[in-house]
Amino acid sequence: MNLSFLIPAIILLVGAAAANMLRNLVHCVLALTLAFAGFALLYFGLGAEFLGLVQLLVYVGAVAILIAFTVLLTGGGTAGEQTVLSPRWLQGFLLAGAMFLLLGYGISKSRFTAHAATSVRSYPVSLIGDALITSYALPLEMLGVLLTVATIGGVVLAIREPRQASQSVKVDQ
Amino acid sequence: MSSIQLADQIFVLLKHWLVGRVPVSLQPVVGILITVIPIICVFPALFAITTILERKGLGRIQNRYGPNRTGPFGILQPLADGVKALTKEDIVPANADKVVHFFAPVVLVMLVFLAYAVLPMGRNMAAVDLDCGVLFFFAIGSGTEVAVFMAGWSSRNKYALLGAMRAIAQMISYEIPLILSAVAAIMIAGTLNLQQIVTQQAGYSGIFPHWYVFTPWGFAAFLLFIISATAESNRSPFDLPEGESEIIAGYYIEYSGFKFALFFLGEYLGMFSISAIAITLFLGGWAAPFSFLTWVPSWLWFFAKLVTMILCFIWVRGTLPRLRQDQLMNFAWKFMLPMALVVLTSAACWRYTEGWQRWAISFLVVIIPYSWLGHGMMSNRKLEQRKYRFAE
Amino acid sequence: MLGGGILKGLAVTARNVVEGFVSKERLTTVQYPEERVPQVEATRDFPFLVFDGEDPMAGLRCVACQICEKECPPKCIYIDKSSDKKPDATGKPQFYPARFDIDISVCMSCQICVEVCPFEAIKMDVEFELSTNDRFDDLLYDKHKLAKSNEYYNHVHPTEAAAVDTKLAVERAKAAARAAAAAQPKPAAVSPAPESGAQA
Repeated sequence: MNLSFLIPAIILLVGAAAANMLRNLVHCVLALTLAFAGFALLYFGLGAEFLGLVQLLVYVGAVAILIAFTVLLTGGGTAGEQTVLSPRWLQGFLLAGAMFLLLGYGISKSRFTAHAATSVRSYPVSLIGDALITSYALPLEMLGVLLTVATIGGVVLAIREPRQASQSVKVDQ
Repeated sequence: MSSIQLADQIFVLLKHWLVGRVPVSLQPVVGILITVIPIICVFPALFAITTILERKGLGRIQNRYGPNRTGPFGILQPLADGVKALTKEDIVPANADKVVHFFAPVVLVMLVFLAYAVLPMGRNMAAVDLDCGVLFFFAIGSGTEVAVFMAGWSSRNKYALLGAMRAIAQMISYEIPLILSAVAAIMIAGTLNLQQIVTQQAGYSGIFPHWYVFTPWGFAAFLLFIISATAESNRSPFDLPEGESEIIAGYYIEYSGFKFALFFLGEYLGMFSISAIAITLFLGGWAAPFSFLTWVPSWLWFFAKLVTMILCFIWVRGTLPRLRQDQLMNFAWKFMLPMALVVLTSAACWRYTEGWQRWAISFLVVIIPYSWLGHGMMSNRKLEQRKYRFAE
Repeated sequence: MLGGGILKGLAVTARNVVEGFVSKERLTTVQYPEERVPQVEATRDFPFLVFDGEDPMAGLRCVACQICEKECPPKCIYIDKSSDKKPDATGKPQFYPARFDIDISVCMSCQICVEVCPFEAIKMDVEFELSTNDRFDDLLYDKHKLAKSNEYYNHVHPTEAAAVDTKLAVERAKAAARAAAAAQPKPAAVSPAPESGAQA
C-alpha cells in the first residue's frame, strides 16, 4: 500500500462520494471530473501511461463537459437543491450492499494477488499500436464503425429538428 | 567539450552541478525543483514581455504608438499592469458559487503550467522526457475546458455562462483539426516522444533542414495547426467568447484583480505552449534553420522561433476581424476537418513514395481538395446588394 | 483562392508597421502634451466676452440685453443687469452686466448665444485644457474670467474677427455720422415754424 496508490485512490473515492452526496448538480459533475482524474492517476501508477492520458483526454476533456452540458440543458443547474437522503434509503442501501458483496466475492476469487503491484513496468506506446493493427485489428475496425454510426446519429438528430419546424410552418399556412 | 557544446548544454550542466552539491537523499527533490523553477520564472517573464510587445505591436499596426509613457518606450508597462492587477479589489459576486469561483483560475493556470513539462526547449532540455509527450500535451489541453466551464458557471451570470458555452464549443470543435494535423507529423516521425520528433527533423540535406514545414503536407498541417491553436487559446480572430465589444469578456466577466490576471496569464501561457508544440512538431524544435548556423545554442533557436510565432499571432490579431460563432464552427467542421483528413492522406503518400514523385503527389493531394473546398466555401457566401424588407 | 484576402490584409498591416517607423504620414498619432495638432480656425469650445480697448470692464461690448440667456438651451448663462448705465464704444449710454456667469460644465458649445447676440459681444473661445480640481466653483466663470480683448479675438479667429471689426467699424461710422449730422442742423432749425413743427 504505497503512496502512489493511496493518493489517487483517495482522490477517486472522495470525488465519487462527493458526486453522490453534494446537493448542487453541477458540483456533483465537477466532483465526478475529479474522480475521473483520480482514475487517470491510478493508470499512471500502474504504468499504463497511454491509457491514463487517453482517460484524461476523453473523460475529463469531453465526457465531463458533455455531462455538464446535459445537466445545464435539462435544467439541473438551476433546479432547487434537493435533500441528499431520499425516503427510500433503506432499499438503496440493501441493493448497494448486495452489489458490494457480490463484487467483493468476485474480486477475492480472482487471480489478481497483492504481490503483482510491487514492480511496475511501463511499455512503450508503439507496442499498443502494433497490437491494435495486428492482433486486435477487428476490434479496432468495429470501434471505427461504432464511432461513425454515433457521429451520423448525432448529425441526424441535430438535422431533423429544423426540417420538422419548417414543415410544421407549411402545414399551418 | 568544445565551447559551442558548452553554450548549448549550459543549463543542463548547471543543473547537474547543483544537484551534485546536494546530499544524496535530497537529490531527486532538488533535481525536480531546479527543473521546474526556471520554467515558472521564464514563461511568466515572457508573458510580461509579450503583453508590452502586443500592445506596441498592435499600436504600430493601427498607426499609433503603443504605451510609451511608463519607462523608455513603455518597457515598464507590464510592471504597472502587474501592480494594478495585484492591488485591485477582488470582487466576488454575492450570488456566486464561492468555492468553484475561487478554483477556476487556479485549475486553469495549474493545467497550463503542467503542459510545459514535456516541451523540449533545447537539446536534452525537456523537463520530463515522456514516451507519449504529445498525447500528454493534448490531454492537459483538453482539461482547460473544465476550468472554463467552472469559471463561466460559478459567476451565476447569464453572459458569463453564454461565453463559457461558446468558448467550450469552440475549443472542442477545434481540438479535432489540431490533433489530426499533429497526427500527420507523428505519423511521419513514427513516435510520440517530442525529443525524438525534433531529432528526426534536425538533419540537413545540403544546407536545407529537414523540418516538416518545408514539405507540402507539413506546410498544410502547420497552417491547420496554427489556425486551430489560435482558436484553442481563444485568440483573435477567434476571440468571440472573450471579445471585449461582444460579450464583455465572456466567462471572466466577474473576475477582477489578481484572478483576472491569472486568467490572462493562463491564456497567454496556453498560447506559448501550443506555439512551442507547433515549433516542435513542424518547425524543427531547437534545430537551426541552416546547417552553417548550428553553432548557435539550441535553446536560443527555440526561443527565437517562439518569439517569431508570438509576433505572427500579434500580427494576425491586428489584421483580421473577429469571426462570428456560426462562422467559426462552420469553418472548423466543414473546412478544417476535411482538410486535416486530406493532409493525413498526403502524409501517408509522402511516407510510401520516393524522390521527386513524393513531392509532386503529396502536393497534388493537398492542393486539389484545398481549392475545391475553398471554392465551395467561398461560393456559399451570398455577397450581394442588401435588400431591406420593411414592415407593411 | 481561399486565404488570398487574408494574405493581402497581412501585407497591408505589415506595411503599416514598417512605414510607421520611417514616415510621419503613416503614423499619424501626435504625442499629445508635447506635440499638438494645429487647430482649425472654426474651432469652438466655450464662450468668452469681447472687450474693446484696455480696460476689460469698461470696454465690454455686452449690454446685458439677456437674449443669450433666454436662448441658451441648457440655461447655463446667468446675467444680472446693472442699475446704472455707462457709455459704450459709440458714446451711447447702455446697461452693462453686473453679473455674467457661464457654467462651462453645463455649456454644450452650441454657439446659439453667439448667433443671437446683436452686439457681437460674446464669441467662442478655442481653449480646451480647462480641467480643474473643483467641479463646481472653478467651472463657473464670471465676467472677469470671461472677458478677453478684441486683439485676442483677432488672434484666435482672424477671418471672423476681421469681418466683425469691419461691420462694427461701419456701424460706428454711421453712428458717428448721424451724431455729427444731428449736431450740425441745430442753428438752421430756428427759421420756418411749420417745418420745424412737421419735423418734430
